[in-house]
Amino acid sequence: MLTLQNISKTFNPGTVNEKTALTDVSLHLEKGDFVTIIGANGAGKSTLFNAIAGSFFPDTGRIELDGQDVTFQPEFKRAKAIGRLFQDPMRGSAPAMTIEENLALAAAGGGWLSHVSKAEKAAFRDKLALLDMGLEDRMRQPVGLLSGGQRQALTLLMATMVPPKLLLLDEHTAALDPSTAEKVLALTQDIVREHGLTCLMITHNMSSALELGNRTLMMDSGRILLDLKGDARQGLTVSDLLRMFKENVGKALDNDRMLLS
Amino acid sequence: MSLSAIWGLVQTALELGVTCSLTVLALFLSYSMLNVCDLSTDGCFTLGAAVGAVVAIAGHPYLSIPAAMAAGMLSGFVTAVLQTRMGIDSLLAGIIVNTGLYSINIAVMGKSSLLNMNKTETVFTKVKALLADTPLAGYQELLIALAAVALVIVFLTLFLRTRLGLAIRATGDNPDMVRSSSINPVFTTTVGLCVANAFTGLSGCLLAQSQKSVNIDIGSGMVTIALASLLIGQTFLGRGSIAKRAVGMVLGSVIFRLVYTIALRLNMPAFMLKLVSSVIVIIAIAGPYLKTQLPMLEKRLAGSRKGGG
Repeated sequence: MLTLQNISKTFNPGTVNEKTALTDVSLHLEKGDFVTIIGANGAGKSTLFNAIAGSFFPDTGRIELDGQDVTFQPEFKRAKAIGRLFQDPMRGSAPAMTIEENLALAAAGGGWLSHVSKAEKAAFRDKLALLDMGLEDRMRQPVGLLSGGQRQALTLLMATMVPPKLLLLDEHTAALDPSTAEKVLALTQDIVREHGLTCLMITHNMSSALELGNRTLMMDSGRILLDLKGDARQGLTVSDLLRMFKENVGKALDNDRMLLS
Repeated sequence: MSLSAIWGLVQTALELGVTCSLTVLALFLSYSMLNVCDLSTDGCFTLGAAVGAVVAIAGHPYLSIPAAMAAGMLSGFVTAVLQTRMGIDSLLAGIIVNTGLYSINIAVMGKSSLLNMNKTETVFTKVKALLADTPLAGYQELLIALAAVALVIVFLTLFLRTRLGLAIRATGDNPDMVRSSSINPVFTTTVGLCVANAFTGLSGCLLAQSQKSVNIDIGSGMVTIALASLLIGQTFLGRGSIAKRAVGMVLGSVIFRLVYTIALRLNMPAFMLKLVSSVIVIIAIAGPYLKTQLPMLEKRLAGSRKGGG
């Protein structure tokens, strides 16, 4: 489904600000894989997502998505196959436009000059009702009036409106209050399961990293340190993870936002 | 002052307001929707006026309108390419195009800075002949401007609801979102500026033909005047549907011209027009900002008083 071969990226090479963000990262995902990613601040988790999504082109290596070489494909073209959610819930929707208009943008059916049909609007309503946030009755309201949690749920709906080949979740519940975060996470699981999406999720919650999905990656200094799946991942606890990190890096996992419970 | 004299003044203000509201609608698209302040507006307005006049003088009164719009579109395309493909800041791109257009406009007008259309057949003379024996005789300027504005509003309302229109609005509303989406901001910005500048060109063309002359300065200060009208319109009809807000733009433009006409009657010299439009833009943009700063200022003043210097 997704194959990364020896991806490396150095920002500002040859200057004092030189930063090696990714070093020789290789990764292969099967269709339907749900992979959680953990790692300290600056480990290269978001940079990995940027490489996959095409926010920059890698210095070396090759990225293949669904059998197609996308290494140097511009971001907006790749975005047709990749849905992406960020930590900032304000980032994924247009505040001055209505819920309906935002969904229409995401639906991307028909040509450039086509209008949103009645049938599509009805479909939007049904999808919004699934969120159970009362948004289906506020379709004509600007998105700017919604709360962070509502906006992130809407963004999730928009990103998966046309089921993407790959869904990238970059700590998408980290900025939400605990109960809303739980709800958005549950919604994410439902949607991923419903469409059988291939999904990469960065999280700072170590227990949900082990609970969710079928595979866990641990990153540090631009490398994938641990790749846990199958039997090796079965029955693993948070303290096991912390111990494994220390053994591999030689220092304790240090992340001020990391939740250990 | 007699009633008919007053009506005469109001009629002139209406004609000017409605004709120039096409430029306000252009800014409604580029400034309010795309969030690009298009400073090529002045030059583009004159370009539309010059191209329209030259084509009309060549004996094609109807062709002059699409020609002026196409010229405006081309100018918008250049501005868009400069800012999306050449790494030039959007404000600077507008200024550069505006400066370049000055030379182009004089070239279009046959190396002259003034074109006279007193004996030229234009859309206005055609319609004037049609209206000759009807109750609407003498209203051709207003009627043509109103018809053009109505068409543009209908177009904008429909266009901004299409997927392309929604993508253009999203490009201005949340660039972060668009950057990581399947919308190509280069494409949406280019289309938006092309369409907006077509309206600006049309506005210039109609104003020149109704005044029967083009001066190289016909568009100077137009971007500020249009911005002032846009901000006035926004305070009246700033919320709600696109159609309502677009009507607000026309209303803003007409109010601006009416207030200006009244000020002229109160002996304000005509050369003050541009200063007035500048002051309106400053008040409309700085006002809301200063209002948010006021509580902070009060706190600081109160704090320094308590502290006793």
